[in-house]
Amino acid sequence: MLTLIAILVDGLIYSSYLFMVAVGLTVIFGVMKILNVTHGSFYAFGAYMSATLVGIYYQTDLPEFGGFLVIFGAALIVGVFFGVILERGLLRFLYHRDEHIIVLATFAMFLVLEDVLLMIWGTDPYYATEPMGLLGFIDIEVLSYDVYRLSFIALAVVVGLGLWLGLTRTKWGKVLLAVIFDREISQAMGVNVTVVFLVTFVIGSILGALGGAYIAPTISVSPGIGVEVIVLAFAVVVIGGMGSIPGAMIGSLLVGISRAAAVHQFPEIELFVIYAIMAAVLAFRPEGLFAPAQARKI
Amino acid sequence: MQIMKRSGGIALLATGLAAAIGLTAGMANAADKVVMAVPTFLTGAGAPAFGVPARNGAEVIIEAINKGTLPAPYDKSGKGLAGRQIQAVIYDESGGGVKQVAEFRNKVQKQGVDLFVGYISSGTCAAITPVAEELKMLTIFPICGTPRIFEEINTNPKYVFRTMGHATADGVAEAHYVKANMADVKGYTGINQNYAWGQDSWRDFDLAMKQLMPSVPASDKAQWPKIFSGQYGAEISALMLSKEPLVHSSLWGGDLEAFIFQGSARGLFRKKKLLFSVADTSVYRLGKKVPTGVILGARGPYGIFAANVDTPLNNWFRKVYIDRYSVPPVGGSYQAAQGVLAAKFAYDKAAAANGGKFPSKDQVIAALEGATYQGIAAEVHMNRSNGHQAATIHQIGILEWDKDAGEPIMTNVTTFPADCVMPPPGVNGTEWLKGGMKGAKC
Amino acid sequence: MRYIDKTVVGLTIAFLALLFADFFMAEWMRFIGLQSLARGTVALGLLVLWRTGLVSFGHALYFGFGAYAAAMLTLLGYHDAFFLVFAGTLVAGLLAFLLGFLLRRYRAIFFALLNMAFSMILYGVIVKTEALGSTDGFSVLAPTFLGYAPEGEAVQTTLFLFTLVFTYLITLSVHLYLKTTLGGMSMAVRENEIRVEYLGYSAEKVIHVKYVFSGLVAGFGGAIMALAIGQVDPDSMANWTVSGEFVFITILSGIGNVAATFIGALVFELIRTYAFEYAPQFWQFILGGSLLAIIMFLPDGIWSVLSRLRKAEKAPSP
Repeated sequence: MLTLIAILVDGLIYSSYLFMVAVGLTVIFGVMKILNVTHGSFYAFGAYMSATLVGIYYQTDLPEFGGFLVIFGAALIVGVFFGVILERGLLRFLYHRDEHIIVLATFAMFLVLEDVLLMIWGTDPYYATEPMGLLGFIDIEVLSYDVYRLSFIALAVVVGLGLWLGLTRTKWGKVLLAVIFDREISQAMGVNVTVVFLVTFVIGSILGALGGAYIAPTISVSPGIGVEVIVLAFAVVVIGGMGSIPGAMIGSLLVGISRAAAVHQFPEIELFVIYAIMAAVLAFRPEGLFAPAQARKI
Repeated sequence: MQIMKRSGGIALLATGLAAAIGLTAGMANAADKVVMAVPTFLTGAGAPAFGVPARNGAEVIIEAINKGTLPAPYDKSGKGLAGRQIQAVIYDESGGGVKQVAEFRNKVQKQGVDLFVGYISSGTCAAITPVAEELKMLTIFPICGTPRIFEEINTNPKYVFRTMGHATADGVAEAHYVKANMADVKGYTGINQNYAWGQDSWRDFDLAMKQLMPSVPASDKAQWPKIFSGQYGAEISALMLSKEPLVHSSLWGGDLEAFIFQGSARGLFRKKKLLFSVADTSVYRLGKKVPTGVILGARGPYGIFAANVDTPLNNWFRKVYIDRYSVPPVGGSYQAAQGVLAAKFAYDKAAAANGGKFPSKDQVIAALEGATYQGIAAEVHMNRSNGHQAATIHQIGILEWDKDAGEPIMTNVTTFPADCVMPPPGVNGTEWLKGGMKGAKC
Repeated sequence: MRYIDKTVVGLTIAFLALLFADFFMAEWMRFIGLQSLARGTVALGLLVLWRTGLVSFGHALYFGFGAYAAAMLTLLGYHDAFFLVFAGTLVAGLLAFLLGFLLRRYRAIFFALLNMAFSMILYGVIVKTEALGSTDGFSVLAPTFLGYAPEGEAVQTTLFLFTLVFTYLITLSVHLYLKTTLGGMSMAVRENEIRVEYLGYSAEKVIHVKYVFSGLVAGFGGAIMALAIGQVDPDSMANWTVSGEFVFITILSGIGNVAATFIGALVFELIRTYAFEYAPQFWQFILGGSLLAIIMFLPDGIWSVLSRLRKAEKAPSP
């Protein structure tokens, strides 16, 4: 029974982590049809920025819970900065080119940013564990859970719900859906696609950076964290259906819960869970579980 | 003819290339230098834990060798390697075995490297060994752990050396320590990364435990997280639910630190006894965040274990290192320094035997084979695998926080002789473990 | 004579020049050349696909599959380069044939990413398999050539010769194929697939054929790479970044000419080698920066520079 609870709670925490890591990728892909490899850099920069700022914050005498605001602030700074620079400075020159070229450009940018990261922060790891210590932990018999990692779940729900409401309940969301469905027609109808793309890309960047920034207090922020994230995020997005937010949610849950079950029951196969699910989905439903409909144009 | 003219583009390029190739073919390096390639992790996850400390350790020694400022017992042999200055080529070990083999060839054939002192990852060492032998290149591995190098990949090495004990020694020393200090332990489990190093570490510890404490059961649910996963929530829950009180772990670097943060926040270190086989890389950096009371190893008498070794060489090394990098040297720093010292020792000894003239490669190899030389923290005996594999003493202890000094310290340290933890010459490590560790002198 | 054009002649001259150079080249240069031929062949397959408007971000799948197939055969005691490379090529082609039934239904970015997803599964399988050395991979012994067992530098010289001959034949046949009706179809599929179908051709079949071909040559490149380096490991053979490098080479080379892929591969190898040598901690920066520069300023690849130079040369003469 306790194992079951553990699987559920661990699974939910990990699913939320996956969702936070993948959602930025899926938002950008959904609207712009770009697989943004730079996503991994946003995550890494978010984590570094958060660790640095949180570290500075806790050297002052400001109220302890302000550290949480600092985390969101770090994500906002990184997301807006890189989002705007990348979209305005690079991607907009490539929209008329092949979409593969754009993917490759983001790959190149990722390589560059990996080393920029090293130039700014060096190879030493950064820690910002204070926010995690602040929230304490909850006991369930012999199991203890720290509240900070439980809060992943809340954050994922808020972000997921926010995006869903934003897409379906606001005028902005409707415009976005129009652009997703047909870029040219919506432009002809007077939608400013340039602005839509910029805003989407910046939102995607902020989400990517938020993933890193919020996870930073639980990890050692060190070189190479970005690469791992691209693979994870990509796998989740493929499983759920590229560009679908509910898909990313279901994909995260599927992988997260299965992985937790594997860890508790068959730890030997943990590594393979994500690939096995991906293989199964690809074999039976290559578009992913929640693929948006594709219009075939003549 | 029209066709011939137009095809000039491709043909011109090809012939130009061929000409350029001809020109560069005869490149040679200056005769008054020894070009030493030092591959180590400069980027990626291996950099902070091993790569950069190793580079720093090697740099300190190389500089002192070139200036002739090494203290005893290296203070009488003059500057450089047998009188020649070292030109160090430090480069990145990242990217996997294939890329490193390609780079190895480049360094040998293009940059005229004379010897290699480096490689940290077992995977790279395993990949490099056959090429080094093929290209007849003197290669000293200061760090990598896998016993496979001289047990499977090349059982009769000529050009490849390793100047520290291999991973079997870690598992055996840990098991001895557990037996001596936790005689009534009810069982053990583990959390190790699911790749070659983690798999080897767990296997050796498990085999040694089965010999030394046969009545103590191992868990069938040892944890195998993916390397660099960074999220250990489910694993920590599983460890908390497991009935075994002792947890063996060979996590390192960022993974280890993430595990410590996430485990501390949930009180794991109060509920279970942890045994970390390479955690010394993180202790200084974590400072007060280190979990105290855990059993700790550094793959030998290095890093934090050498903090109080009072010899001129060690005192000098620690001082120069701390002055320069403002952190104490960790395991990787000591091990890399020990590898460079092997070159210093071998070149000087070979030159002395050669009547003071600069020795040939074969003479250097002969000088190092089977030799005993002074490392920074302990004597290094090159007495395994035809004199190509080192054996040293091994140390395990308990990590505590020294409030007065404000730094982590080792307590309750046990020192194991080399012949206690390393398999005897000519014996395969796994078979030695399975056969009851015959011939071990403890 | 309709098959002999300037590219055929140029390729032949280059082939003969390199054949000759093989015996005089500096070892490191031959080694870089060998890797360029291997990667260039993979890029050749991508170029063929690209002509139909499809780009794969997962050809490390076939590259790695070919490499591991050849390497595993050496573990079983087979060492003949002809057999190893043939087997590596064939199994990769077979895999491409099977996956092709699924992938030929997809276009554009979905095609690219599904390929990547499949390549990640292979990566996962290799990492999980301890018998194949997991992340460490394993070493591959020097090959023999129909009973001839070279030693020392002769291994690389012979392997270079071997690779050169096959690469030459493959490149030539690709060039000639692209001039046939079916080959010409590819551009048509890229422009408007539905019209191609109205003309009575099956776009899916055209794509499938090309896909299998690209798988075959990627397997060839992988097998050569395994033999040339003497080591296989998942990170350098089957990881997604490897696929990215192949696309990098394809874009660097441009779509214009089959010979360009090898020049592109060589340029890539040289950038990487020198970046690694002169900026050991920041080589990724240089690699990524060069790629960005090419994308922004040389949209049609380096081949376009050569063509432009030639046009400029011609201009003054009436």
